[in-house]
Amino acid sequence: MHWNKTRECMDRYELRSYQLAKLKETVERVYHNVPSYRQKMQEKGVIPEDINSLDDLKRLPFTTKQDLRDNYPYNMFAAPLEEIIRIHASSGTTGKPTVVGYTRRDIANWAELMARCITMAGGRRDSVVQIAYGYGLFTGGLGFHYGAEKIGAVVVPTSGGNTRRQVMLMRDLGTEILACTPSYALCIIETLEEMDIKPEELKLKAGIFGAEPWSEKMRGELEEKLKIKALDIYGLSEVIGPGVACECMEQQGLHIFEDFFIPEIIDPVTEEPLPEGEKGELVITTIDKEGLPVIRYRTRDITSISYEPCPCGRTHARIHKLLGRTDDMLIIRGVNVFPSQIESALMAVGEAEPHYLIIVDRVNNLDTLEVWVEVSEQLFADEIRKLEEVKKKIETEIYTTLGINVKVKLVEPHTIERSEGKAKRVIDKRKM
Amino acid sequence: MFVKQISVFLENKPGKLYQVTEVLKEHNIDISAISVADTTEFGIVRMIVDKPELAVEAIKAAKFPVSTTDVLAVEVSDTPGGLNTALKVLHDANISIEYLYSFIKRNGDKALILFRVEDPTKAVEILKAEGIKLYTNEEINSL
Repeated sequence: MHWNKTRECMDRYELRSYQLAKLKETVERVYHNVPSYRQKMQEKGVIPEDINSLDDLKRLPFTTKQDLRDNYPYNMFAAPLEEIIRIHASSGTTGKPTVVGYTRRDIANWAELMARCITMAGGRRDSVVQIAYGYGLFTGGLGFHYGAEKIGAVVVPTSGGNTRRQVMLMRDLGTEILACTPSYALCIIETLEEMDIKPEELKLKAGIFGAEPWSEKMRGELEEKLKIKALDIYGLSEVIGPGVACECMEQQGLHIFEDFFIPEIIDPVTEEPLPEGEKGELVITTIDKEGLPVIRYRTRDITSISYEPCPCGRTHARIHKLLGRTDDMLIIRGVNVFPSQIESALMAVGEAEPHYLIIVDRVNNLDTLEVWVEVSEQLFADEIRKLEEVKKKIETEIYTTLGINVKVKLVEPHTIERSEGKAKRVIDKRKM
Repeated sequence: MFVKQISVFLENKPGKLYQVTEVLKEHNIDISAISVADTTEFGIVRMIVDKPELAVEAIKAAKFPVSTTDVLAVEVSDTPGGLNTALKVLHDANISIEYLYSFIKRNGDKALILFRVEDPTKAVEILKAEGIKLYTNEEINSL
């Protein structure tokens, strides 16, 4: 099912000429309205007239989160404040948050994008859509809200938290589509078990999970325990919020809406564009934004891209399920490790719960990695020997996939803090 | 002819065992045998209690992983060589023991020992054939 078939299934040749026209407009707009863009372009010796093909995109300078911080709060806006109708901010972990602004048209476009995503998950006018993403400065809640409203779905804006009430409403209202972070979905599963509610008592059909990377194994767990299709959604506030890319029912990558965004994959170190299929950092240029257009924004997210046609009929490229962030990437004794890889190894062992915590430290100049794993009912055995075996099995699995030695520590259930938003998976105690 | 034993997973941290006994106290559950197996990081506390089902439910509600295991409650004479007699029977039948611990309660001049063995069904058969008495949960409760 498509929300906007004309645009989502556009012929790729037409799409490219549309992108070029919109890219030119965007470059023109930022060059004239945003001093820092003009300055950067001048430093590179590029003027808007130089952009005559999509290939010319690589002549443009990159934009980073630091640029947004340096221009905090309004200096990157390409529209005057009288046209801005909304501010959102990223969950800045260090220092000032990143502030983003939307014009009325931007908000309408965002609703269009989110309507496409919710439709992909089977959402229709009569679907009950429960939005358990946080509402507020965070883009998750309101982004989904606009999309669901645009479709005309029955919107249940529960926001995050109060999980027991969340679950009660889910059952009583007959929620069909659940939108939240994957870690919160796990928290909901635990609460269902605590309240002794079987998935069969719910009407859930699909979950749209995002705002943090999650593994295929976790998909299996969510789909099995909630009896749903679990779909991945991608977005970031600097670009627009959720709705940049989303999985269709094929679950073979996330369609990135190319009539709004031009994706590139680059090597994060050399900054050179990488060919189709290669893993690297995702870079996004917005081509239909007024408030805060971004040119070649360094997302820090690691993925690859495919332009292969999708059986769903959409012509827009697909990015691989996110593999991690360049910032989350841990370098352990010279090996690049993403928390998602540890998660996959845990789930491969089977008995482990998906609640885990990675603790990185440095002892005698050597990086150490400890993984805390909660002992579930299934995992618990009466004999020490069996518990030691489980430990060993997880350690071996991680060693096999990542090639590093880790120490697994079995902890009691609920030792690891539950998250209603983005899960904190890593504690890095190394002092460098 | 088995006795239901409750095992609880605990992290090796101060106050953990206390939290479990607190739960049992609140539910007025009597412990008739207890043992703690420990490693540097975690331990398993094993117990025989008078109300095993209630104990499992209460410990589960307190969010500790808990499981039940069938063990043998073997009567031995509380004199030199008493335990040896029972062990000899198992040894001769080539049944290995995972662990054992003793009861707080006694039956007159008899001591009670808990055995977790590799092949419990076979062990019961052999011990009985040798005239060694095995207890049930009910018999222990009535001591």
